[in-house]
Amino acid sequence: MPLQVGDTREQVVIEKINRTHIVKYAGASGDFNPIHHDEVFAKEVAGYPSVFAHGMLSMGLTGRALTDWLGVTALKRYGVRFTRQVWPGDTLTAKFEVTKVEDGLATIKVTTVNQNGETVIEGEAVAKADAV
Amino acid sequence: MADEGFEFPVDRTQVMLFARSLLDIRPEYWDPNDPATKAVGGITVPPTFVQCSAHWQPDYPLDLTRPRKEPRQPRPEGQGGGGLGRGLHAEQHYEYHHPIYVGDTLTVTTRPGRRWEKEGRRGGKLSFSETITEYRNQDGVLCVTAISVGVQTEKAVEQ
Repeated sequence: MPLQVGDTREQVVIEKINRTHIVKYAGASGDFNPIHHDEVFAKEVAGYPSVFAHGMLSMGLTGRALTDWLGVTALKRYGVRFTRQVWPGDTLTAKFEVTKVEDGLATIKVTTVNQNGETVIEGEAVAKADAV
Repeated sequence: MADEGFEFPVDRTQVMLFARSLLDIRPEYWDPNDPATKAVGGITVPPTFVQCSAHWQPDYPLDLTRPRKEPRQPRPEGQGGGGLGRGLHAEQHYEYHHPIYVGDTLTVTTRPGRRWEKEGRRGGKLSFSETITEYRNQDGVLCVTAISVGVQTEKAVEQ
């Protein structure tokens, strides 16, 4: 059955993210900003409590939940704002809700929260409504 | 004005590594013989895969340890995306026009977008800038348009 307004889905995308997860994403993506892997730089130079995950890691993990749901050929658009940092130890849950279906395309509200229910990324995806 | 661009070959190992870093083991990202991969026309890529073009971007700013023939050039004005230290990635948007497959050679062109400023909640100026990147395959077909919004902060971001 095609996607319909009000359809929802929720998926834990990573449990207790650790520094190895972050370093692996750095190596794969090429983003070697030391703020994400160099504890001394993050604390003493940049003034953060520790390293933190790339926003793009949260977006990528959330994208995985979208393709787990809709398959790899359904997405037309996917965009997010990064609203809060993700720290080592955090567990992230992606939440999706279909808000509009028009001309065969579904608009999906995207919200990913940490273990305290705080939003770390929020945005929107547009996908073929008949993908599921 | 877009720059002249650079080439980004889509390599099977790179796709596998990137998918694994997102804890994604679905066969469409690594196994050419799986029926699911065949059904989508070959090994394809995760929604945020084009970020890996950083490895091929000649002036990529977020890898200070990359060996270079020439000293690093100062970063051009108007380039968005996160910077070192005080720079953060504020937003990322993709439009998907055409599938990307392993074996494609993408040409990546970048141009600056909008710029704006606002006051942070706890004081300090926030300077936002957009970078628009287009990824075209070997047939000249536009596959992905990416818009990155970077923000430079005067203070470390507080929780």
